[in-house]
This record gives sequence, structure tokens and C-alpha cells, in this order.
Amino acid sequence: MNMPFYVSPEQMMKDRADYARKGIARGRSLVALECDAGVVIVAENPSRTLYKISEIYDRIAFAGVGKYNEFQSLKIGGVRLADLKGYQYSPEDVSASSLANAYAQTLGQVFTHEMKPYEVEILVAQVGATPDEPNQLFHILYDGTVMDEEGFMVLGGEAERIAETVGAAFTKDISLADAVKLGARSLANDGENLSAGQLEVALLDRAHPSRAFRRIKGDELDALLG
Amino acid sequence: MTEPAILPFFAAGHDPGPSFVELLRHLAPDALAAPLGERRPDTFEITHATTVVAIRSVDGVVMAGDRRATAGHSIANRRIEKVFAADEHSGVAIAGAAGPAVEMVRLFQVQLRHYEKVEGEQLSLEGKANQLAQMVRANLPAAMQGFVVIPLFAGFDHRRQRGRVFSYDATGGKYEEADYQTNGSGGVHARNWIKSGWHEGLSSDDGVALAIRSLFAAADEDAATGGPDLVRGIYPMVAIIDTDGFRLLDDDDVAARSQELLGGAERGGAESHGNGANS
Repeated sequence: MNMPFYVSPEQMMKDRADYARKGIARGRSLVALECDAGVVIVAENPSRTLYKISEIYDRIAFAGVGKYNEFQSLKIGGVRLADLKGYQYSPEDVSASSLANAYAQTLGQVFTHEMKPYEVEILVAQVGATPDEPNQLFHILYDGTVMDEEGFMVLGGEAERIAETVGAAFTKDISLADAVKLGARSLANDGENLSAGQLEVALLDRAHPSRAFRRIKGDELDALLG
Repeated sequence: MTEPAILPFFAAGHDPGPSFVELLRHLAPDALAAPLGERRPDTFEITHATTVVAIRSVDGVVMAGDRRATAGHSIANRRIEKVFAADEHSGVAIAGAAGPAVEMVRLFQVQLRHYEKVEGEQLSLEGKANQLAQMVRANLPAAMQGFVVIPLFAGFDHRRQRGRVFSYDATGGKYEEADYQTNGSGGVHARNWIKSGWHEGLSSDDGVALAIRSLFAAADEDAATGGPDLVRGIYPMVAIIDTDGFRLLDDDDVAARSQELLGGAERGGAESHGNGANS
């Protein structure tokens, strides 16, 4: 009679987590910062066409690190969920927190039930509709763990080192230009700023609550990087 | 509707792709208009939205519509909106059964943005016009019962660097118009007015003036088209679509432009006919 190998649940979860973390660490990192203009997301991404940062809804953005096809399908799932909800209820009823919960449920399910866990870390950000309404930043891990954070958030393999650099210089109500520069500097390994060609930058613009998401590129990005 | 607690994923071959309508069909079919019964009872009055116009100018397109909705011989609404931004660079104006028309516009708006978010790029203007044609076609069973929806679609085509106007028929037939088109019960009067004033190289400002004047002409002849209401301050909705995108003129602006126009040819017409219409 064949005896299957016994693997303890602890060991199985640890193996899966290690596998996911290794996959994420191979990719490049990104950072999201709350600034005076709204929420700006800065990612190291040399590609001009394969985006890490995307629009989900009027005031909600998504960004992912790790395996491209996996966070891409998560992005599309989020767009579908948000548009369905906005169409069936009202655009005002679409919120980052309910999206973050749906992502957490999905990633948690995949982590425990599927052949392999997703090798991704994602963020869901929402900019306030009015000057008084606070922004929301959610950080969701490969196993469905959700954290809400304030000020700034770092995703990716080198999160600790990057968070140290950002934390040392970050202030509340930092200007958009300073936030982009700080992002570019913290993502670089050598203390030099990453150049515009190595960056993907997008802003959730508080001044345009009906459609806050826009990409910052070309001359505008060059000007912000100074 | 069952609200999915986790993200909707689809097996290969069942994926709705970038289409929001397909997504609804999979997840919330009740949200799409249900097929109607055999026959609409005669007592069932349909609210109709009436006259809309789209005029190509040298910079893009001017779209406008009056504000009246009728149900039979009653005025159902004095302030209905018939001109909508479909997205940043295109607009849609509706005539026909108001309920399904407004719902069609809402679905169309979500569809255009949904496509853009999923695919990462906008549909071409032609692609948007075709999407709307499919929605009009899907409404054909309702149209057979009297719930006809006939939109006008117009936008600025960035690839061709000019404004374009599309009209539709109840079966979803899509026709590109060279210069202008009108729709609704007062459409024929508006069209005649536009025909006499339109010329190649028309500026946006002149296009707006022509649109306001054509709607006034339509309201003059057609009971279902509302003219400017000075008492309540209700004026036609007018939008300009050009390289900067879709923007609706505010009421004060349209009021000022209407004042400028009135007292022109129309006034003379009123005097020559005296009170004949009331006798």
C-alpha cells in the first residue's frame, strides 16, 4: 500500500508563502504617496506599454508588482466588479474598501485552494472627493492579507529598504513634484534618481473627482523630476 | 442580483473580454432590458423625448436638444436632458421613448469607459458608433412595440482630425452624415433651418447659433418641441465637441445667445401672422 508523504499544514502554508515571496522579489517595486494634489503612484517600469498602474474607477486606482499576467487579470476583475456595482447602484457606491475586500477574498481563496498562489502584491488607492475627505490606501498580499496604510505605501521585494528612504523624507502635504522625486530616488538602488524612461507614474487627481486617474509622462514627468 | 463577494473570473471561451454588455449578460442578465410581452396596451402612454440636432463645424461638432418630453398630448417633463457626453470626446443625443433611451445612454457611457479601462486604450470613433448601433439593434423588439430609441452620435475623430456625425434607424442601421443631422418630432423643421444656414467652414460659435435657431424653429412648428422658457429660465442644452473634448455650455451662456437671436426673423413672422392661430 502506498503511504502518501505527510506534510503538516504549517509547512504547506510556509512553502506556498515562500514561493509567492520569491516570485514577487524578482520583480521591480513601486511606491504610492499621498501628496497635496492627491495620490501619486511611482513604479519602476521600463516598458511603455505594459502598465503596472491602472484606472479601476472614477477615483480608484490599482497597482501591482510581481507576475504581470496575474496582476493584470486581477486588475480586469476589479474593473468588472466596480463597473457592475456603479451601473447597478450608483458611481458613489463604488468604494476602495469593498474592492480591497473582494481582492482579499480572491487572493485568500487562490492561496489555499489553487495549485499555486498568485505571485503578486497589489494596492488599491482612492482619492477623496472633497478637500476634507481622506484618501484610502489598501495594501493586499499574495495570501489575502489586507492592510490599510496612511501617508505612503511600498510594494515589492525591496519594500523595507525603500520604505526607509521614503519615510525619512516624507511629510504630510508633500508637493506633487517632491513626491515624484522622492519616489524616483527611493526606488533607485544607488541613491541616484531613476530617470523618466525607467518610471511609470500616475496620479489620482483630487481636482478632478469625476475622473481622477491620469498618467504623468513625457514633458510633464520630466518637469516634475526637475 | 447576486453581488459577487470575490472577483468575477471566467473560463476560457466564456470571457466577456472588454464588453460590459457581455459582462452583464453573464452576471446580471436582469439588468439588461427584458423582452417585452406580445403587445403594448393602448392605455400605456410612452414618454417621448423630441428634437435634437448635430451640426459639423470647422472645429468639430455642435450638438443640441430642446428640453421637453411629452406623453401623448401632455408635457411629461420640462427639463429633460437629451444631450449627453458619451465620453471625453464624443456625445450622444436621444430622441424617442425617453425611458429606454436614457438607460441606453447610461449603458453606452459605462461600456465606452469599461472598454478603455480593460484594454488600456480608447475605442476609435467608428468603434464607438458601431457599439451604439448594436445597442439600438438590441432594442428592436421594444421598438416594434413603440419604444423606439433613435440616437444621434457625434464626436471628434482624433485620427482624422475632424468632427463626425452618425445617425441611426430603429433597426440599428448606422449612417454617417456629411454635415448635419436632426432627429425627433421637430427634426424636419430644424433640419430645414440648418440646411439654409450651413456652409463649409462654419465656426463653432456660428454652429451654436444655428443649433439654437433651428430648435426655435422646430418649437415654433412642433407641439412636442419646447422653446426657450423665459419664465422658468429653461433653455436648450448645447454642447461643443472639438479637439479639447466635450463641453456643455452653461445655461447663462445659452440664455445670452438665445436672447441675441430672438427678435430676429422669428419676430417678423409672428407679426405678419397676427393672432390667426388662436382664432
